[in-house]
Amino acid sequence: MSRAAEPLHRALGLTDDELEEIRRVLGREPNHLELALYGVMWSEHCSYKSSRIHLRRLPTEGSHVLVGPGENAGVIDAGDGIAVAIRIESHNHPSAIEPYQGAATGVGGILRDVFTMGARPLAVMDPLFFGDLADARQRWLVEGVVAGISGYGNSVGVPTVGGELTFDDCYATNPLVNVLCAGAMPVERLVLGVASGVGNLAVLLGSSTGRDGIGGVSVLASAGFAGDDGAVSLDDAKRPSVQVGDPYEEKRLIEACLALLDGGHVVGIQDLGGAGIVCATSETAARGGVGMDVDVTAIALREPGMQPYEIMTSESQERMLAIITPESWPAVSALCAKWEVRATVVGHVVAPIPDANGTLVGMLRVRRGLDGEVLAEVPASSLAHEAPLYDRARRRPANLDALRADDPSDEPVGSANDDLLDLLVDPAWVYRQYDSQLFLNTVVGPGRDAALLRLAGPGLPHSERGIALSTDSNPRWCALDPRAGTALTVAEGVANLACVGASAKAVVNCLNFGNPEHPEVMWQLSEAIDGMAEACDALGLPVVGGNVSLYNESGGHDIDPTPVVGLLGVVDSLVAPPPGWDWTTGDALVLVGSRHAAGPDAFPLGGSRWATRRGRRGGRVPPFDATLLRATFAFVTGEVARVCAGVTSDVTAVHDVGGGGLAGALAEMAASTGVGVTILDLEGHAELFSEFPGRFVVTTSDLRAFSERARGAGVAIVHLGDVGGDRLVLANYVNLSVSQVAARRGAALTTALALRA
Amino acid sequence: MVRIGVVVFPGSNCEYDAASGAAQLGAQAEFVWHSATDLSGFDGIILPGGFAHGDYLRPGALARFSPVMEAVARFAHDGGPVLGICNGFQVLCESGLLPGALQKNRGLTFLCQATTLVVTSTDSVLTSAATLGQELVIPINHFSGAYTCDDATLRALRENDRVVLRYKENPNGSRDDIAGVANGAGNVVGLMPHPERAMSTLLGSADGRVLLESFVTSNVTSNVAVA
Amino acid sequence: MNHFVIVDVTLRDGIADPEGSTIERALPALGFAGVTNVHAGKSFRLDVDAPNEAAALEKATALAERLLSNPVIENATARIATRG
Repeated sequence: MSRAAEPLHRALGLTDDELEEIRRVLGREPNHLELALYGVMWSEHCSYKSSRIHLRRLPTEGSHVLVGPGENAGVIDAGDGIAVAIRIESHNHPSAIEPYQGAATGVGGILRDVFTMGARPLAVMDPLFFGDLADARQRWLVEGVVAGISGYGNSVGVPTVGGELTFDDCYATNPLVNVLCAGAMPVERLVLGVASGVGNLAVLLGSSTGRDGIGGVSVLASAGFAGDDGAVSLDDAKRPSVQVGDPYEEKRLIEACLALLDGGHVVGIQDLGGAGIVCATSETAARGGVGMDVDVTAIALREPGMQPYEIMTSESQERMLAIITPESWPAVSALCAKWEVRATVVGHVVAPIPDANGTLVGMLRVRRGLDGEVLAEVPASSLAHEAPLYDRARRRPANLDALRADDPSDEPVGSANDDLLDLLVDPAWVYRQYDSQLFLNTVVGPGRDAALLRLAGPGLPHSERGIALSTDSNPRWCALDPRAGTALTVAEGVANLACVGASAKAVVNCLNFGNPEHPEVMWQLSEAIDGMAEACDALGLPVVGGNVSLYNESGGHDIDPTPVVGLLGVVDSLVAPPPGWDWTTGDALVLVGSRHAAGPDAFPLGGSRWATRRGRRGGRVPPFDATLLRATFAFVTGEVARVCAGVTSDVTAVHDVGGGGLAGALAEMAASTGVGVTILDLEGHAELFSEFPGRFVVTTSDLRAFSERARGAGVAIVHLGDVGGDRLVLANYVNLSVSQVAARRGAALTTALALRA
Repeated sequence: MVRIGVVVFPGSNCEYDAASGAAQLGAQAEFVWHSATDLSGFDGIILPGGFAHGDYLRPGALARFSPVMEAVARFAHDGGPVLGICNGFQVLCESGLLPGALQKNRGLTFLCQATTLVVTSTDSVLTSAATLGQELVIPINHFSGAYTCDDATLRALRENDRVVLRYKENPNGSRDDIAGVANGAGNVVGLMPHPERAMSTLLGSADGRVLLESFVTSNVTSNVAVA
Repeated sequence: MNHFVIVDVTLRDGIADPEGSTIERALPALGFAGVTNVHAGKSFRLDVDAPNEAAALEKATALAERLLSNPVIENATARIATRG
């Protein structure tokens, strides 16, 4: 069917029912511009219309939560007068089409979400998911995405301190590029994206407006890739929708906006992301309960002949909308001139008007000239917050029972030496391309359990605290059991923070799922949200923000459910680095936490990397056992936090058991140090590769003292062996030289990418 | 108190870190906007890392035309200590205040990693407090950090002892393993590694202190020289 | 009047060209045999207001040498062209 034959509203992505709803809201037929505004604002990406009813089930409250979900970023009180803002987003479809610019503009967008709250962005993390690197297109995607993050993030001046790298065939035609950003501010600088004060000015800051990204959110993020080859066959047709990033413009925009906020010149401020000016103006007006007049002729354009709908919905990057009093215009104008940032008055705040029932309604009016012809006039809140919500059909996948029954426990053991070597990947080739150190805060950088940063930055009050960040996901678990898989992913994140001594304080999530019109995908999404709610309730964690990325499919194949969990933790005193992974000869090596998983399998292998590598994608996922986890996490966090506080300790190394299992954790530590270990007693091969969380590898220089503290905390430990020698010996299963382990791990990624060493 | 000016171009991003490094050694660090034309009163000038003017065209190519660079040239001519770190080094080379140029890294990727440097001359405002042959662990953080120059320049650098720091293991393809060079008088120095990122063992290394210590105390020497 | 000028900036002989040599090494794997001497450079397109082509070329050459290229490592050449 050709698009020309479709009615306009369907071409804009609106259903017939949605058109009816627009007619009801307006009490008349919408004109073409108005339809276009609703088309982008009611797209899945902007409105969360398929997910919102489920997201309500997440816990969002905590005494330290200053701003919860729904704003540009979540904000917590980190103590010492410092607030930390955090946000996670996806830039999946743009990156599938143009990996460099897709990833680069993803970084730019998340930074604006954070500094729009008044926070200076201090750290970025990038969870990335690609198909198998044997495919040349995957290699092109990886190199492009990493170069885009590096090119934008380094230049704009925000360190990239961590992330994740996952390869699985389900992402071959639909890679996932998620990005998390955390920033900090003095508590009193916290600002919200609210318009208020009739007569106040709406000022557009930053880049000129071009045709880049017209309809980007609705075209790209709210529909799947139709062809079997995903993005490949659609490249040329969709490339104009991909925005181009300018980190230099963004850097000046950050400095100008923070200077405006410091100077108290701004009433409200909002970044321009998906859906551009219409989104920023309608959201700020709706939050403030006011109306706004926007003059399309005032907006600086990059190319001639742009239509009002293009100007209003353009996703040109590096733009912000500030609401200011007319009196502050000279100061705003001067500060922007200093930073060479364009500032243009494009509209003003107007009083709400009574509707037919006498209720006051803030109207967004698009005009040609500030007092000129009205081109569109719609209730701002109807665009911003009142898209129809859908409770889409959900269905448990028909093959799930068969999939779970196919447990890999019957898989032949084979060579654990080969299995282990094949599982090891050192992501250093990726993170060496990121500036991970700017601002002199990075105590633990990329490639470890979690990033750990001093809580310091320009303009912040002095603090001895640190913040920790981690991102985690386990799509293999979530495909088998999205509820338990998501709960365990949260647990994995808390475990990672424990390794650097941080207590978890807040969660953000990026829910990457397939097509919500497939009932199985909606079931997965709903289950995953329940699992996250369960884990967050059990561990006392508020969800302060999130992003839902749907339609991650191609040719009718949905990706495995991929909820990415971002965690923010706080270390109260950070004056010394945490123990890290490095071993010292002679130290005792101890497994901390329950040796066996709760539930029927002592060492479940369903969804493990080991099983996946063997082509076994089925099986049982370990259950989430909050009681066991809480005690172990508290104990490990306390042990590491003492080291960070500068207290003398016998704890010399800490690493959590996660992807790759116990064998993977031991191999990573051995490779990092160049020293081996011999472990004589293991309860079978599955203990090496099972990935259930809540276990830590710890080395101690005083086994007796450590054992006593563990017993006092009610936490189980097992003395597995002692550090020393140059071989990694794991019972009868693994016997490898440490240098071979290190070499294979170090070269795995560059070899797969077919790069020169 | 020693006053250090830290030049800020639009696009600089290591200005806070450089100022913090100087301040930790007791200096008073002040930001100098790139439009400034008067550097009187400063005991030393740091051009920090970052992406001045977006690094568009070539790193440092546009920054060299910022008004402050004429003042920096006069300050250097009068014997004032000038330090270019990373992007600042690139700016000094583009300005002709230091010889040579910085090209893209051999591997054509950005590199952020620890490197081991060897002090190969102590006759400069950056290395006077270090000892010859001393090894320092200091991170690099750049895309265009491969030092290059023609044969005659390299010969002159070597003969006049102007290579102040070399990489122990060359990470980026720099000619002759060069990590930092000084001008003839030793008062203008540029290096690609970031000594201000190596000020504390909490962050991995404190080996940068000896370099910045040399720099912030060098004004005494240079004032004597000028007088 | 405006004259359309293209400025090419290339590395001077003897200056390492990692971009060019990386491309050259990649070509055989892509099925392009027998391609050698690959060099990377930059190209700038300018409209130069000048009374005649010679004056336009002179102006473009001057700005190419002063700003568009780094004479320590690069050569710049300017030529009059036709927009097409």
